[in-house]
Amino acid sequence: MLQVSIYRYNPETDAEPYMQDVQVDTGGKDLMVLDVMELIKAQDTTFAYRRSCREGVCGSDGVNMSGKNGLACITPVSQVVRNNKLVLRPLPGLPVIRDLVVDMGMFYAQYEKVQPYLQNNTPAPAIERLQSPEDRAKLDGLYECILCACCSTSCPSFWWNPDRFIGPAGLLQAYRFLADTRDTATEERLSRLDDPFSVFRCHGIQNCVNVCPKGLNPTRAIGHIRNMLLSRAT
Amino acid sequence: MVTSVTSMGRSGLYDWLMQRVTAVILLAYFLLVGWVLICGVDYASWKALYAQTWMRVFSLLALLSLGIHAWIGLWAVVTDYLTERLMGTTGNVLRLLAQIVCAIIMFTYVVWGIQILWGF
Repeated sequence: MLQVSIYRYNPETDAEPYMQDVQVDTGGKDLMVLDVMELIKAQDTTFAYRRSCREGVCGSDGVNMSGKNGLACITPVSQVVRNNKLVLRPLPGLPVIRDLVVDMGMFYAQYEKVQPYLQNNTPAPAIERLQSPEDRAKLDGLYECILCACCSTSCPSFWWNPDRFIGPAGLLQAYRFLADTRDTATEERLSRLDDPFSVFRCHGIQNCVNVCPKGLNPTRAIGHIRNMLLSRAT
Repeated sequence: MVTSVTSMGRSGLYDWLMQRVTAVILLAYFLLVGWVLICGVDYASWKALYAQTWMRVFSLLALLSLGIHAWIGLWAVVTDYLTERLMGTTGNVLRLLAQIVCAIIMFTYVVWGIQILWGF
């Protein structure tokens, strides 16, 4: 039997959140954490969490497992269990709607700020805007982000200033469009980032790199943005 | 773009660059002072060292760097922990007060330091 401690909060009935201990029979198998959550839900249907694809593609089930953010569907229990106990909490720093479900509003607001879409005002070619394989390679390690929010919600700078610091996820996407040779709004994008909060609240502690389920490196992307700002301003 | 009027240079990039440049200056200065102390120093040689213009200029540079470095660092700390998000309007009052107190302390130290450097 696996001991699981889960964060419970239902704003309609609970005055404040509490931790609930449950026993789960894993049948001796090393299940994924999401499977364990499904087994708990079978016992208690009021347990709430988000999930969709169950294969690390949609980014819905970002949760805090025994202190580390990650996707429940691709994290084996053996990786996060300590002394036969698994602790499940919602992603830190965001308002909790219910149990493991958080309000991602602030996270999306920051994502929206970086205008995460290609901007090019030159006349569109007949078929498509071509890119050399070398230029396309610059987007590797940037476009793969699934916006699960594991990185931004593990970042202390984002905890304290989620309304002013864009956060690792948003900045990775900011750089994805700064690095894109087909995008012509580089100057405008950089102008919007040169304040003491948007980019520069990053102190390079790399919690984001540590938790990214896709193995991406937002800290490096932030370093590139900083270098671009530095090159144009000195 | 987030507006801020109490940060060192009003620009994130400027603050970031100044933080790094002043850190290098402070490192060089404290390595020099440390080296002098390790090599052995008495009152006469210490006074002779600080009587030289280059040492006074270097010391003043280090002093100003310390003020700038401390301001940028403390500004980041107070804007993290003394905020409206964490403690309501009280946060805004406390933050501005803390910033004014820090500014006055650092200004005092800089002027006092200049007096010590050039006053003997």
